[in-house]
Amino acid sequence: MTALKSKRPVNLPLSQVISVNLKSPVAIGSILHRISGVVIFLLIPALLYVLQRSLASEQDFNVVHDEIFGNVVVRLVVWVFLAGLIFHLIAGIKHLLADAGVAEELQSGRNASWLVLVLSGIGIAAAFVWVVL
Amino acid sequence: MKSATGLTGSGSRDWVVQRISAIVLAAYTLVVLGWLLCHSMSHLLDYTHWYGFMMTKPMKLFSLLTILSLAGHAWVGIWTVFTDYVNAVGVRLVLQAATVISIIVFLFWGVQIFW
Repeated sequence: MTALKSKRPVNLPLSQVISVNLKSPVAIGSILHRISGVVIFLLIPALLYVLQRSLASEQDFNVVHDEIFGNVVVRLVVWVFLAGLIFHLIAGIKHLLADAGVAEELQSGRNASWLVLVLSGIGIAAAFVWVVL
Repeated sequence: MKSATGLTGSGSRDWVVQRISAIVLAAYTLVVLGWLLCHSMSHLLDYTHWYGFMMTKPMKLFSLLTILSLAGHAWVGIWTVFTDYVNAVGVRLVLQAATVISIIVFLFWGVQIFW
């Protein structure tokens, strides 16, 4: 029976799981895709509130535009939302392309994951300049 | 066994819903963010332009389609996250029920903004 027993380690310490996965752009992209999805989901009520008020009347629009968005904390939250959206969108496009057979091999997949990280990093930085500053 | 808490009760159907809704959500995001970017850059971001853009028939329909897609996409996505990371069945069921209720509230709220 001992010969059949798998020798693979179980219950690896979290620090080891993290250090191994941080070396892989695919793993980083995968977990960020999930985290960004959850962040977007949690901010849906805030998004709907802003959308509703901005369309309710000219007065409400101006309150959203000048007072609500005038607060730097709100703009930071909007930026976090946009950051999640930008990453989720770009990673999602990569995912759909992989479904269609584009960049689905080991090396091409790694390259595509790097591209997603770089492009979304640029987009998120640009969003910071647009929304927060 | 079929999953009772997934969206359609079929993994492959959930998979298709996730992809089709993803395309709608991506298109809507690019259109609305693109519009906001252009209008804020050219200092034309005011109520008249915003309302005039969002409340046209095509945009109202596009928004409705997007709200429906968001509900389906969030259901499948959050379900995946919970089934992967929350192992205690009782806790997971409570979280999934809360998610489904939130999604239904968001759905009606979103529809009511445009209709």
